Amino acid sequence: MSARSRLVICAAVLGALHVAVACAGFLAPYDPTAQDREHPYAPPMRLHFVDTRGGVHLRPFAYAQGLRAGSFDEYEENVARAIPVRFFVSGAPYRVLGVLALRLHLFGGDAPVYLLGTDGYGRDLLSRMLFGGQVSLLAGLIGAGLTLSIGLCIGAAAGFWGGWKDEVLMRVAELFLALPWIYLLFAMRAFLPLAVPPVKAFLLVVVVIGAVGWARPARMVRGIVLSAKERNFVRAARGFGATGGYLLRRHILPETGNVVLTQAAVLVPQFVLAEMTLSFLGLGVPEPVPSWGNLLASLQHYNVLASYWWMYLPAFAMVPFFLGYLVLASLLQGSSRTPKIEEASNWV
Amino acid sequence: MSERRAKSAQIGAGVAVAAILCCGFFVGRGESLPPQHSGQVSTRANKNEELLRVAGEAGRRGGRIVIALKAEPKTLNPMIAADTPSREVISTMQADLVHINRATQLTEPALAKSWKISTDGLQYTLTLRQGLKFSDGHPVDMEDVLFTFRVYLDEAVHATQRDLLIVGGKPITVRKVDAQTVTVAFAKPYGVGERIFDGLAILPRHLLETAYKEGKLAQSGALGTAAHQWAGLGAFRFKEYVAGQRLVLERNPYYWKTDEQGNRLPYLDEIVFLFVPSADAQVLRFQSGETDMISRLGAENFSVLSRQARDYTMADAGPGLEYNFLFFNLNDLGEKAPPEMARKQAWFRSEKFRQAVSLAIDREAIVRLVYQGRGAALWGPVTPGNARWANTAIRYPGRSLDKSRQLLAEAGFRAENGDAGEPKLVDADGKPVEFSIITSSSNTDRAKMATLLQDDLKQLGIRVQVVPLELRSLIDRVTQTKEYDACVLGIASFDADPNPEMNVWLSSGGMHLWNPSQKHPATSWEAEIDRLMEQQLTATNTVERKKLYDRVQEILVEHQPMIFLASPDILVGAKKNIGNFHPAVLEPYVLWNVEQLYQRNGPENARR
Repeated sequence: MSARSRLVICAAVLGALHVAVACAGFLAPYDPTAQDREHPYAPPMRLHFVDTRGGVHLRPFAYAQGLRAGSFDEYEENVARAIPVRFFVSGAPYRVLGVLALRLHLFGGDAPVYLLGTDGYGRDLLSRMLFGGQVSLLAGLIGAGLTLSIGLCIGAAAGFWGGWKDEVLMRVAELFLALPWIYLLFAMRAFLPLAVPPVKAFLLVVVVIGAVGWARPARMVRGIVLSAKERNFVRAARGFGATGGYLLRRHILPETGNVVLTQAAVLVPQFVLAEMTLSFLGLGVPEPVPSWGNLLASLQHYNVLASYWWMYLPAFAMVPFFLGYLVLASLLQGSSRTPKIEEASNWV
Repeated sequence: MSERRAKSAQIGAGVAVAAILCCGFFVGRGESLPPQHSGQVSTRANKNEELLRVAGEAGRRGGRIVIALKAEPKTLNPMIAADTPSREVISTMQADLVHINRATQLTEPALAKSWKISTDGLQYTLTLRQGLKFSDGHPVDMEDVLFTFRVYLDEAVHATQRDLLIVGGKPITVRKVDAQTVTVAFAKPYGVGERIFDGLAILPRHLLETAYKEGKLAQSGALGTAAHQWAGLGAFRFKEYVAGQRLVLERNPYYWKTDEQGNRLPYLDEIVFLFVPSADAQVLRFQSGETDMISRLGAENFSVLSRQARDYTMADAGPGLEYNFLFFNLNDLGEKAPPEMARKQAWFRSEKFRQAVSLAIDREAIVRLVYQGRGAALWGPVTPGNARWANTAIRYPGRSLDKSRQLLAEAGFRAENGDAGEPKLVDADGKPVEFSIITSSSNTDRAKMATLLQDDLKQLGIRVQVVPLELRSLIDRVTQTKEYDACVLGIASFDADPNPEMNVWLSSGGMHLWNPSQKHPATSWEAEIDRLMEQQLTATNTVERKKLYDRVQEILVEHQPMIFLASPDILVGAKKNIGNFHPAVLEPYVLWNVEQLYQRNGPENARR
């Protein structure tokens, strides 16, 4: 398989995963914050096609689960009560991409169907995982976008104009590299008023980490700009009277494209992880809004680790995202042979 | 989870300490058992010793038990100890004149073999047991008792016990009658009675007098103290401290109790306290057999341990004294309050609003989801664990959203249709009703409660944000800056008596959380609570005190300044090998009868 087709497959898989998360409302059967207090820590329901009497059904169904008498978290299947899974049902309201209000869900049942089980409040884990992805991925994309754009501007400026400007910008970058961002966030959170809506407060935090992380990409971009501006075709263009802005736009910045893409593929998962770290530490999105970080945070407790295996599932769900991004990054790196520069210099 | 109980140690060292020493119940005259006159010096009583014979299963000598503490004790000095680990360790090393039995919750003779009360209730005459010795072998005499009270009452010492010894605005007076007898006089009759002596450790004058004269008493009893420089009258004495790892206590060979056969207690040779900060790590250590007992367990870890129980027994001692509640910011913020806060406070001040919130809360769900059913729903401040003081006439009416909506409508609130068909409550000016609840981020139980409240109130159309805060900054907001809307918190009293809670219910109290340290009671019902609480303090008749305190509970339920939520059970566990394991709902839950605990299979198996 050629590198190009691998790249396409990888991008397609990642794209599909992102679409799934973006359409969380449709794919998730329930409101991620709705509590079903009769079903705390319910294990995942199994879907059946064959009932206890051996009858085969085309429509999958699950058996209702009920708490064993006197127990808090032990469930037993009630085989007398089958819940057929229905598709394209109307359910809890949601908004697609924050705009389009809908009620249509991919599946549902007459009674709750928990394909991945529930958490300690009886909230559907599948719905929480999908909606949680929205917060986490948004954090990753916004964070990485911000970091890269700042890094690109500063790196290009430092590399292209050089001299004292370069010195100053790079020393500032080193200062930023040395910042302990986690303490910075603790401090930030302390200054925010109590009643900032959770999502707003969280986005503010993401913007801050994004804005602080520009130093590393800036240094890379600067390196490429430094070497690119000495290339013969750049000199030639300059000789023909091209302005600085034109040179940057037309000849130099395109050279950094591969590095920026690779960086993006590395940074997105990094920022998703940052969100998870923050939520894990209780600094991220507060209850009841789900995010991958606070889905994992419940695993901090020994009793959850020891008793409810399905609470690990969100951790596995994140694997394809990280793997996808990292494979993408390595493919992009492999394809960045800087052909343009070499070919261009041969022509002169 | 152990944070659950740790909490209140911080929210009020006042309550904490008050509670240990506390007070309240009048049980009449103490009678000690006849002294024992048999046996040898070390294990049996001497002729001139009046030892206390205690009932219970006879155990075997030797062995040790290992217990985890969530933090290192700060001190061994009972005068300055305010943290839970210190108090737990000190309770095994010190003894008091009269002791409250943690199981029966009644007073029992301890270092004082008997006491008498004057007819006017103003004077107690206590008779000291004969032949008592400190754990270093130094005999105890009346001078030690007098020295102890002098120290506790000395303002310069700042002993935590001092406040409790001020009755009717005046310190108690202690006078020696003869070598064995002492009188203690109060300025006013004191309803608490001889319970006042519980927790007042009798101090060794021969070791502490020099430090006291030099004004360095607060520095003594540090963990670095040499073992021979520290002594007490408790069942165990200080042996070794390894910073960051463990504290080892050894058997006090001069202890003043015997079992029914006349064998001198305690049975165990050693107690080892390990410092294990995380609750989960404590569970793992207990599970692996590294520790012998575990207390202050959360319901979730309790069920994990129960499920896998093999060589240990888990016990649910029943509802404890901890009560958790929601309260609103009812402080008078004056001019400085931002307009938004003033608007919110107008809601909070409305009794109907508070009652509506209270009725909308699904307390059964809290007990089920937070405590896994091992707890009790609360409608008043006194938990079912405190049967003697609970007002049984007050009944939990159950959750009712309809009644709640009706109350809100009467108070001028309107329900509108909000986003996506969800209800949205607006006040009389059409402003949406939204507020935040702060909770301690280290306490998962209360954070869970807040999340449940959030969902309950959403059904009324009230938007609630839960803000977990670090405990110290939470306390600071509640008691100092008063920048908060509402808060979920808990208080654990250390005695069943209402007296240690004085500073919670008095409007002038520092723990009167919804509006602390008022100069004058802000409302007429707060004034009435003040009056009732003052009255019960000096009423000497228990029935009378109960009647007054019942009324206080009624007022609290009627006006809902605190919306009581739930109370957890006391959950503990011990290896099957430990004999005489009888957990109590009062602290120290498993160590209150430490002198009677023993290793069933004998010391050879208990050694590791």
